[in-house]
Amino acid sequence: MNNPAKFIEIQGVEQTFKTAKGLFPALRGIDLTIAKGEFVALIGHSGCGKSTLLNLIAGLTTPTHGALLCANKEIKGPGPERAVVFQNHSLLPWLTCFDNVYLAVERVFAARESRQQLRARTDAVLALVGLTHAGQKRPGEISGGMKQRVGIARALSMEPQVLLMDEPFGALDALTRAKLQDELLEIVARTQSTVVMVTHDVDEAVLLSDKIVMMTNGPAATIGEILPVDLPRPRRRVELAEDPRYVHCRKAVIDFLYTRQGHVEKAA
Amino acid sequence: MVSAVFHAPPEPIAAPNTMKKVAASALPISAGAVKHSKPSGRDWTALSRGFWLAVLPPLCGLGLLVGLWAVVSATTGGSIPSPQETWQQALEVFNDPFYRNGPNDQGVGWNVLASLQRVAVGFGMAALVGIPAGFVIGRFGFLSRMFMPVISLLRPVSPLAWLPIGLLVFKGANPAAIWTIFICSIWPMVINTAVGVQRVPQDYMNVARVLQLSEWKIATRILFPAVLPYMLTGVRLAVGTAWLVIVAAEMLTGGVGIGFWVWDEWNNLNVKNILIAIFVIGIVGLVLEFALIKLATAFTFEEVKS
Repeated sequence: MNNPAKFIEIQGVEQTFKTAKGLFPALRGIDLTIAKGEFVALIGHSGCGKSTLLNLIAGLTTPTHGALLCANKEIKGPGPERAVVFQNHSLLPWLTCFDNVYLAVERVFAARESRQQLRARTDAVLALVGLTHAGQKRPGEISGGMKQRVGIARALSMEPQVLLMDEPFGALDALTRAKLQDELLEIVARTQSTVVMVTHDVDEAVLLSDKIVMMTNGPAATIGEILPVDLPRPRRRVELAEDPRYVHCRKAVIDFLYTRQGHVEKAA
Repeated sequence: MVSAVFHAPPEPIAAPNTMKKVAASALPISAGAVKHSKPSGRDWTALSRGFWLAVLPPLCGLGLLVGLWAVVSATTGGSIPSPQETWQQALEVFNDPFYRNGPNDQGVGWNVLASLQRVAVGFGMAALVGIPAGFVIGRFGFLSRMFMPVISLLRPVSPLAWLPIGLLVFKGANPAAIWTIFICSIWPMVINTAVGVQRVPQDYMNVARVLQLSEWKIATRILFPAVLPYMLTGVRLAVGTAWLVIVAAEMLTGGVGIGFWVWDEWNNLNVKNILIAIFVIGIVGLVLEFALIKLATAFTFEEVKS
């Protein structure tokens, strides 16, 4: 009874944090539906609760009110079917890149597959992000972009139903970021994954996503507007730069962020 | 219990061009000879510079110590033996460190080994109990709240206060001394391990949660490697404390051991041997500390270091 148009459902979600200064309402009245295979970007100013919402979908935190469903089942906790690419890559520094990915592969597939198959899977996913040569290196020995790619490889290796990405390219330089965005576009096109990505980069949101969820400033942030991005795929950044539909989407997001939600200092 | 590692300031590195100048001016020989000997001459200057920077200040420090000692010895009219006399005695003592003339008269080597053995046994048992205990206390909030008051209460107690309890329970001097070592070395290991577990970055635990790793995998793949540096700090503090305490404990329990040796030589009024013992205790402590620091750096990973 899975309705592919309602793969992830977020219904009336509220999140309140207890802080030293009392209760802090982070999110209010969040309603969102994500279809299977859809790429959704969450965009908003810093501190507007984008990551909070992502953590809720991941199941790392539970909402104060409301419900989150994934494939008609309530999200009660984190699990390998909703893989997370963390903002700071979160690789285990004492394991090689291969072992970091293998840890995830082993967890998901060890019950069904032989060790050889597990190793083949790990090699395949490292090849997918172009890191075959770095498999035996520790995270401390590779660059920031490579670490982030290992983080993505680890998430993809689990063949998750949903890929959750928390500003995955935020800490990278512009060139590396563009390269990884292109790689991600290709990978997602191949795997047909459902992706929710938190970002504060307008171009990234428009380039990658099918739907941009724009959030109002906190406290008590909510969804301000949802912008469908109906640009044809495959998308190429150079051609898109002059596409009027691209420019229009970009303008809409910038307008929302800087004209209507421009008072960031109020949120602080 | 805080143990800071004392670091010398980093050595200044001379700019290569100044070294070249020094080398060139130091070798005003014919052109052919300069061509041949210039690189080796430059290396030699740099090497000797590094050598003196590494060796000279410690030598000055030791020299100051020996000088003060000589002054004290001279002003007390020889009741504290002079460095020269002590050195002569040390040569004699170390000429035959492994003799046995009965239970109360054995060479300094046997005494040091006996003390090290007690430390090893007491410390080993403390590690077997303390490290797993630290893991469990750090991992589960209930246990942490349950045991932390008890540990806070018992930790400041001088381990020697536990010696009579050891004598009472184990009915022997040697097990009582080991018991004292056990008590004094367990606290740093429990506390450091527990703190290490509590300070495992939340990011790593989030990875474990997303992957839904088993408690065993969490322990072996995430907790243990992340906690290892903290644990090794605990081990280092524990060994340091144990080595401090064993001397005092052996003074009270007797038998064979470096602490007993000190006390025995005091009863013999052989102050030279006491001074030798002080140096031996210091050197053994230094070696233990150095070895454990080397071990700790080998197991500390980039992210954990920062």
